[in-house]
Amino acid sequence: MTLAIKGKVWKFGDNVDTDVIIPARYLNTSDPIELAKHCMEDADPRFAAKVEKGDIIVGGRNFGCGSSREHAPIAIKAAGVSCVIAESFARIFFRNALNTGMPILESPEAARRIEAGDVVEVLVGEGLIRNLSRGEEYKAAPFPEFMQRIVDCGGLINYVRERIRNES
Amino acid sequence: MTITEKILAAHAGRDRVEPGELISVKVDMVLGNDITAPVAIDQFRKAGAKTVFDPEKIALVPDHFTPNKDIKSAEQCAKLREFAKEQSIRHYFEVGRMGIEHCLLPEQGLVRPGDVVIGADSHTCTYGALGAFATGVGSTDMAAAMILGEVWLKVPESMKFLYHGKLQRWVYGKDLILYTIGDIGVDGALYKAMEFCGESIENLSMDSRFTMANMAVEAGAKNGIVEPDKVTLEYVRGRVKGDYRVFRSDPDASYSAVYEYDAGKIEPQVAFPHLPDNVRPISEAGEVRIHQVVIGSCTNGRMEDLRAAAEVLRGRKVHSGVRLLVFPGTQQIYLEAMREGLLEIFVEAGGAVSTPTCGPCLGGHMGVLAEGERAIATTNRNFVGRMGHPKSEVYLSNAAVAAASAVTGRIASPEEL
Repeated sequence: MTLAIKGKVWKFGDNVDTDVIIPARYLNTSDPIELAKHCMEDADPRFAAKVEKGDIIVGGRNFGCGSSREHAPIAIKAAGVSCVIAESFARIFFRNALNTGMPILESPEAARRIEAGDVVEVLVGEGLIRNLSRGEEYKAAPFPEFMQRIVDCGGLINYVRERIRNES
Repeated sequence: MTITEKILAAHAGRDRVEPGELISVKVDMVLGNDITAPVAIDQFRKAGAKTVFDPEKIALVPDHFTPNKDIKSAEQCAKLREFAKEQSIRHYFEVGRMGIEHCLLPEQGLVRPGDVVIGADSHTCTYGALGAFATGVGSTDMAAAMILGEVWLKVPESMKFLYHGKLQRWVYGKDLILYTIGDIGVDGALYKAMEFCGESIENLSMDSRFTMANMAVEAGAKNGIVEPDKVTLEYVRGRVKGDYRVFRSDPDASYSAVYEYDAGKIEPQVAFPHLPDNVRPISEAGEVRIHQVVIGSCTNGRMEDLRAAAEVLRGRKVHSGVRLLVFPGTQQIYLEAMREGLLEIFVEAGGAVSTPTCGPCLGGHMGVLAEGERAIATTNRNFVGRMGHPKSEVYLSNAAVAAASAVTGRIASPEEL
């Protein structure tokens, strides 16, 4: 499956934690629209108001470290962000993104070379990242087959639903 | 194989597993709280599931925004309560009979050595202290595990951390783990298993071992683990029901890295804002004035912590510019601390004692910081905005240092008093 995404880049540093992505003070709801209003608030209070549909977040090392709150990828997705590219991801965030169908790509080269405001095109299935502003291309590590199957199902719940159907 | 690999292999129905392999493992316990379980319940319904795989293997603990801090939180807790009732989940813990999940589950004997536990809370790794494989996941993983009774995992590489020597006075598991995170960094163990061993660990209390495993995630680890020994078996005796298996790492098990520390030289440690790896020994903390002290949490809300804090606070007063908040980890710990006279010491000193809750640790309620305020806390994270205003600061330490700081009004060692 080739999913092509194109958008303007918001760049963040290393160790972007889940408290910054969605502060716990807003976790008394899991409504995606409510969560999106406060996405990245403690790193950049203007983010939620200014981010446009399709924009891309680029982070450094250990993106999404901290809590297990699935509200983090939910908030990012509901804010309109189409994809997160990082040098590396914290493991729970990585699982949560995969399980909820939020496209993520791990590429140290892309994370270093891409600057804020660059326009980037991503072929998620191929793991190919094109920086249209700089005329560069970067490769992301492909998902192992099992993980790709979850992505192809559109997330873990669809995968489970299929299994329930097959077993009954 | 390492202890982590052995536990995973046993739960995957395999003789052996290799690091990097993707496997599906059976789970012995699935945990959720009032923030993560409501999302998991929605996903459970979305998957078209009608019943959980085994109501005895699910624990639901409303501990984050409880006692209900506002209407929305109350509704999240109601959703948990109703789901527990509908699915006949016995291990649902109501306010007044509950505790902070990671203090509560081991205390109630719901985790056994050799178990695989997943929890929709990042500090689920705490149970590694019992020689179990335990790791944090998100709500969707929790939902899938509640339905299927299994979870997909990548077998982690293991890192070995050896601690030698006798610990100095006022040094606890908290200091060993802060020192370690300071050494390897907040992504130093990314995706890996941290295995804690050496004679300092063998001589460490169960409470301090929980603290160390609890903060493995602060180094990016998938799990932290301690091989079961006399201390472990003593702890689980009379608590856990049924058989359990004790796994140990083979002498020729392979590790991606081995770290050795002279633990006898480690002082009490303080993690400065805004990452848990920004660690300094207490002697180099300098002059840091504080406004709030938080003693408690899934990291340090156990008897050892409360005893240490009480020892420091006995006959002393909290500094006039400081608010001291003490949160026993569970109702049982609360009761024990009351019987030992510890709660009286805290109140006499001018501190507030609360029912168990995660509240202040994540800036939820019961001790939120204003702009410009500083807190020293026995919790696990000091990220930007973690305890309140994005321009507030959190410093992490053990309970004795936190208590001494409450007296002096600045970050201080108990030795100074």
